[in-house]
Amino acid sequence: MRDQLNVVMVGHVDHGKSTVIGRLLADTHSLPEGKLASVKEFCRRNARPFEYAFLLDALKEEQAQGITIDAARCFFKTSNRDYILIDAPGHVEFLKNMITGASRADAAVLVIDAQEGVQENSRRHGYLLSLLGIRQLVVVVNKMDLAGRRLDAFEKIKREYGAFLQQIGVHPKAYVPACARDGENIAVRADWYVGPTVLECLDAFDKDAGPFQASFRMPVQDIYKFTAAGDDRRIIAGTVQSGILRCGDEVTFFPSNKTSRVKTFEHFNGQAPVEAGPSQAVGLTFEDELYLRPGEMLCKTGEPGPHVASRFRANLFWLGRSPLIFHKRYKIKINSAQAVAEMTEIRQVLDAAVLSSTKKTCVDRHDVAECVFETAKPVAFDLTSELETTARFVIVDQFEIAGAGIILESLPGRHVALGDHISHREREWEGSVISRVSREAQYHHKSKFIAITGSSDPLCRILGSALEKTLFARDFKTYYLGPASLKSGLDADVESSFDEWDETIRRLGELARIITDSGQIFISAIPNADLDDIAALKALNAPNEIMVVNTDDLLNDQNVPSLESAVRTICDQLIKETIIPDYSI
Amino acid sequence: MDHLEKLESKSVHILREAYREFKSLCMLWSIGKDSTVLLWLARKAFFGHVPFPLVHIDTHCKIPEMIQYRDQLALEWRLNMIYGENAEAIQQKRTFPDGTVDRLTCCRSLKSEALRHTLSGEWPRYRMEHALKKYVPDESRESYTGVIVGVRADEEGSRSKERYFSRRDKDSEWDIAEQPPEVWTYYKTDFAPGTHVRVHPLLDWTELNIWEYIERETIPVVPLYFNQGNGRRYRSLGCWPCTNPVESDARNVAEIVAELRTGKFVRIAERAGRAQDQEDGGGLETLRRDGYM
Repeated sequence: MRDQLNVVMVGHVDHGKSTVIGRLLADTHSLPEGKLASVKEFCRRNARPFEYAFLLDALKEEQAQGITIDAARCFFKTSNRDYILIDAPGHVEFLKNMITGASRADAAVLVIDAQEGVQENSRRHGYLLSLLGIRQLVVVVNKMDLAGRRLDAFEKIKREYGAFLQQIGVHPKAYVPACARDGENIAVRADWYVGPTVLECLDAFDKDAGPFQASFRMPVQDIYKFTAAGDDRRIIAGTVQSGILRCGDEVTFFPSNKTSRVKTFEHFNGQAPVEAGPSQAVGLTFEDELYLRPGEMLCKTGEPGPHVASRFRANLFWLGRSPLIFHKRYKIKINSAQAVAEMTEIRQVLDAAVLSSTKKTCVDRHDVAECVFETAKPVAFDLTSELETTARFVIVDQFEIAGAGIILESLPGRHVALGDHISHREREWEGSVISRVSREAQYHHKSKFIAITGSSDPLCRILGSALEKTLFARDFKTYYLGPASLKSGLDADVESSFDEWDETIRRLGELARIITDSGQIFISAIPNADLDDIAALKALNAPNEIMVVNTDDLLNDQNVPSLESAVRTICDQLIKETIIPDYSI
Repeated sequence: MDHLEKLESKSVHILREAYREFKSLCMLWSIGKDSTVLLWLARKAFFGHVPFPLVHIDTHCKIPEMIQYRDQLALEWRLNMIYGENAEAIQQKRTFPDGTVDRLTCCRSLKSEALRHTLSGEWPRYRMEHALKKYVPDESRESYTGVIVGVRADEEGSRSKERYFSRRDKDSEWDIAEQPPEVWTYYKTDFAPGTHVRVHPLLDWTELNIWEYIERETIPVVPLYFNQGNGRRYRSLGCWPCTNPVESDARNVAEIVAELRTGKFVRIAERAGRAQDQEDGGGLETLRRDGYM
C-alpha cells in the first residue's frame, strides 16, 4: 500500500506559493486532462497573462482578485508516494485559513521571494508552524530570475531566515533556490544549480509514524450503549493519541482516577484489533461497569500519567475578531474535554512577525501570547515538552475557534477566579441590620445549606422532601428546592449553553448564600455532583455553612424503609453540630 | 496503519464528534458510492448501528435501480430512512427533462430547495416504516442542525476549500470568504441559533480511495457502476437526464480500482460526465453557495 503525506505551502502573500504548486502539478503530469488548456483559454479570453496559480485559485472571488483566500487541497503523486498539497493563503487577513491548512499537514514548504526577501508573514508563518507542531520544513527561495539567478542572493536570504528559525528552534531540512514560473528546480533541476529540487525534498520528508513509544493517551470521545437489536455492550470510544494499548491492560482514567482492565476491542466488519496505536479510532469495553463522562483521558496504569489541574501556562495564537480579555467565561476544548475557562494573566504578548514582546492588557487578533488560563474544573493534559498532541487546546468565542494554544506548564492552586469573585461579593455584600445571633434566638435554630447528592436522581429528591417535612414539623424555618424548579425557573436561560452545569452550580451556590443568610435551613438536591461541584457550592455559600449528604451512603434501592432512618441520621448530625436543638433534652 | 486505515480512522473520529455535539443530526445519502462509503463508516464508528436518520432527496429523475437499492439496504440494515422532495415543481413540470427550465434551475429547485425545506422540516418528509416495508409521512418536523455529507475535496474547485465542519446560515448559504478556522482535530461544533453545520468526513478521500475501500470492505454498491456487457458504466451517479455513462470495460470493483490507478481515467475528472458543472464557469460553486451538496 502506498504512503500518503500532507504538505502545506506557506509564506508571505505574492511570494509564489500557488505557482510552486501549479508547477508541481503540471510538471508531474498530475493535472486532469484539459485543465491546463482550459485555464490558458480562460486567461486569453480575459486578456490576462497565464499564471500557474490560476490552477489552484478555484473560487470565483480568488480568480477575480488574483489571491488565494482559502486553503485548497490538491492531490498528486510521485513514484514514491501520494500527496495532498495544501495551498495556504499568504495574506494576513486570511491567517485563520493558513492555520486551518497548516494544522492538517505533516510537513511544510515555506516560500520566500528572492527579490522582496524575508517579509512579515515569512516569519509569522515560520513561528506558527512551530506552534502547530510541524517539524519538517523546506524553504524555497522563489523568483530567482528577479535576482539574476545569483546564488549569493539566495545565500543571503538563507542566512537571514536561518537565524530567525534558529531563535524559535526550527531546523529546515533544506533551502532550495527556484524559479517556479519557469519550472526551475521545482520538479526539474536547472543548469545553474546542483542541490535537490523541491520535488526531491518532498520525497525526502519522513512519514511520521506517530508516538508509539510514548505513554498511552486516549481522550474519551464518547460512551455508547446502543440497545437496538439486543446490543448490551457499553463501549468507550476515542482516537488514540500516543502509545499502544492491548487487551488485558490495566488502565486509569483521569481526572476521575477510575481504574479497570481492557476486556475487548469492539469493531464492525473485518478482523477485531488486538491492540491500538496512534491515530487509531477505537472502541473498548472494560471488565468493570464504569460510569464515565466524555472528556476523561484514558491512560495505562503504571505509565507516567497526565497532569490534572485547573490552572496552566500556555502559548496561544489568537484568531478571534474580538480580543481575548480577562475574566470572560470562554469555552475551552482540551483533548475531548470541554470546560469553562478564564484567562487570568498575560505574561507577555509577542508580535510573531518580529519576535518582539510587549506588555498588554488583552490579546488582539494575530497576537501570540503567553498567558495563564484557569478552568472551572480540573482537566487532564500533557505539557508540550512531554507529549505534543495532548498538550493542545482551543478557545471558543462567539461560536467559533478563536484561539489555539499549547500548554507549557501546569500550575498549582485552583479556583482563583471563583475566589476573586467571592471576595469581591463579600466586600460588596449589604449585611442585614438584624444580626445572625438575633435571628438564631428568634428561630431557635441556626441556618444551614444541606446539599443532597448521589447517583440516583429520584432518591435525592425523595430524601430532600422528607427532610423538609420533618424539619418543618418541628417548627424550623426550612425550604426544599427541587432541581426541576431551578431548571425551569432561575436556570431557564442557561439550558443547552456550554457551561450549563457550572452555571447551574454557581446559581444554586449564590441562592444558598442568600437563603442561609436569612436564617433558614435550605435543602436542595444535586444528583451526580462531583467533588469539584461540592467544593464550588461550599465556596459560594461561605461564610455560611454547608452539609453534604450522599444518598449512596445513606440509602439504596434495596433498602427503601430506611428513608426515615436516613432523615434521622441527618437530624442527629444537625443536633451534633448544634444547628438545631436536641429535643430529647 | 496504511493510508485507508488512516482515512477511515479520521472519518470515524469526525462522525463521532458530530454525533456527540449535534442533538439533531442526519446524514445525506445520495445512493452514490461516496455517501454509501460514508454510511458504511457510520456503521464502523457506531459498531454496526446508525444512530441518526438518513435523508435522501428524491428528484424523481434518479435511475430506478438507485431507489430500489436504497430501499433494499434501508430494510436490510434497519436504517432510519427518510426522503423529501420538491413535490410542487415535479407536479407543475418545472424540470429540465420536461423542457421547461435549464439544468442549473432544475438542480436548484429539485435538489437545493428540496434539501433546504426537507432539512428544516417545512416540507413533508417520508419515513420508512420497517414493519410495513413502505414509506409513511414522518411525524417529526424538527429541523436538523447537523448534516453529514459525503463530499470529497478532489471533486472540484470549491469542494477543495471545504472545512470538515462547515457553517451554513439559515438559508443554507455558504460564506466561502469567511470560513471558521479548524485547528488540529478541533472543529466547529458550536453554532448560533438559526444556523446549521455541514459535516464532511470524506474530504481527504479521493475517488480511488473510495473504490479501494469498497473493495477491502466488500461494500455493496449499485450495479450501475459496472459494465454490464455493453462497454459502458456510470462513473458518477445522479439524475438520468444529466448523468452520462462512460466507456469502460470494468465489470467489478477490482477492475475499477485498476482502471483508476493506471488506466484511461487517471487524468480525467470524475464529474466530467455531469452536465450541470459545465454551465456558467463556476456552475457547481454557484449551486453549492446556495446549499447544494
